Amino acid sequence: MMRPRSQPASVLPGFSVSASITALVVTALIILPLAVLVFRAASLGPAGFLAAAWTPRARAAYAVSLGASVAAACISSVLGLLVAWVLVRIKFPGRRLLDALVDVPLALPTAVAGLVYSTLYVERGWLGQYLVPLGIQGAYSRLGIVLVLVFVSLPFAIRVVQPVLESLDSDTEEAARLLGASRLQTFLRVILPAILPAAATGFALALARALGEYGSVVFISGNMPFKTEIAPVLIVSRLEEFAYAEATAIAVVLLAISLTLLVIVNLLQQRLAQNAQ
Amino acid sequence: MANTLPTKPGRTPLDALLVTGAVATIGLLIVVPLASVFAEAFSQGPQAWWEAIAHDPDTRHAIWLSLTVAPVAVAFNTVFGIAAAWLVARFRFPGRTLLVALFDVPFSVSPVVAGLALVLIFGRQGILGPTLAWLAMKVIFAWPGLVLATTFVTLPLVVRELIPVMEAIGPEEELAAVSLGANGWQVFWRVTLPNIRWALLHGIVLANARAMGEFGAVYVVSGHIAGATDTMPLRVEKLFQEYRTPASMAVASVLAALALVTLVAKVVIERRLEAESRDLAAVRNVAAKSDPSPS
Repeated sequence: MMRPRSQPASVLPGFSVSASITALVVTALIILPLAVLVFRAASLGPAGFLAAAWTPRARAAYAVSLGASVAAACISSVLGLLVAWVLVRIKFPGRRLLDALVDVPLALPTAVAGLVYSTLYVERGWLGQYLVPLGIQGAYSRLGIVLVLVFVSLPFAIRVVQPVLESLDSDTEEAARLLGASRLQTFLRVILPAILPAAATGFALALARALGEYGSVVFISGNMPFKTEIAPVLIVSRLEEFAYAEATAIAVVLLAISLTLLVIVNLLQQRLAQNAQ
Repeated sequence: MANTLPTKPGRTPLDALLVTGAVATIGLLIVVPLASVFAEAFSQGPQAWWEAIAHDPDTRHAIWLSLTVAPVAVAFNTVFGIAAAWLVARFRFPGRTLLVALFDVPFSVSPVVAGLALVLIFGRQGILGPTLAWLAMKVIFAWPGLVLATTFVTLPLVVRELIPVMEAIGPEEELAAVSLGANGWQVFWRVTLPNIRWALLHGIVLANARAMGEFGAVYVVSGHIAGATDTMPLRVEKLFQEYRTPASMAVASVLAALALVTLVAKVVIERRLEAESRDLAAVRNVAAKSDPSPS
């Protein structure tokens, strides 16, 4: 008997209805808006596009966006690996609670996160009162941007690695230990290579999330041009000045980066699926 | 946990160190901020909190607006999610993989970019601007724009929950229903929906949380008009900009409480989902034993 799932189940009703709804929504909400965006940017011409998208202020905003996002994605990946490891491998009281808390950043509105982070790290805030005297400015600074971006991207880094760690076959691991490898050696030579595709996927997802983030950053960064202004904030401020061409050009640059990351994530996930088989 | 090395609590100092690190990470990054929302919101007593929420007409309007925008966006998502999952999980057609990848686009596009794209279509200078002006319809800086932006950012949430579950269940029961003479609606209401209800609910809960909390896309299309197009998250920002941090924290605490309710619901639903997938695996096992042909 063939597996019914791998062949078209064309006897089932509803193809035309579901295809129409899907096509309508995907076209109207995803393809059309993005096409209009690209078309609008293209109508500026190469020189006009460059003049709009590559101003000194825009270049500074890309640099802040990329720098803060890459830093946040790196921190999230390392901390995410730690948390995922602890959740999967170590039994301790409160493990389930910790596991549930990981999802808070997915459910908490980003505006709330930005607001609360900015009040925590100012001079009189809960954490700021200890950090500011040490010269650590966690609010209205680039560090503040990185902090909220770690907050919003952490669940992605954890949730992608966690199932892979769970399914990891321990035979090779045990063999390595029996052959005299230390825990560190086992981790570096056996476990790390196995979870690397998942960790890379988590990194790319975290990076994509961080690059597009607006709501939380706008509260904590201070939004100073050339210093703490990220690209999405620059788009909004250009839009509020009715400088549509410039806003569109910057948006297209950001869109190109996001879609590239999406393709990378998809390729990595295909690798992951192959590894799992 | 049969396939992991046996580790008992406190077995090695390294384990204790790792647990401390993980707890510190979640504690500092997640628990402390969450606790401080409520501490700040109630720092001047419950009376002040209540006044900030209920006695400010602009805040009241923002709550009302959020409560009307989110359910509509979630309803759109539910219809789309079911249709798209049915299409992708039950039929094979060219371009299917590309379509599934397209579902994820709203996750990777910045909400601000999405909002801008909607402005370029529906705004006064957008391609549909003249048509909408002729119809005397307002999309941008109005309720429809908020719904569109919110629907866009939440679009992947329901469909992504449904596809894996529907693929795991397989079309056998639906095929059986059709062969017994059920029509499309009967198959959907009596077979498909009962099978996917927990996954659907999971997606709806996540989409609702995201819809209530969306900031970037909504910020761009709303025009940020107090008492008119400010949703709750936008109200949080406006109060903060006006140096009314306690009132801002009060609104934020409502959103944070909602997030906590969402998480509890999520955990409960996930337990149901796990139980059902275990049941499904058990049924498959029995079926595999009674069916000698390889599957």
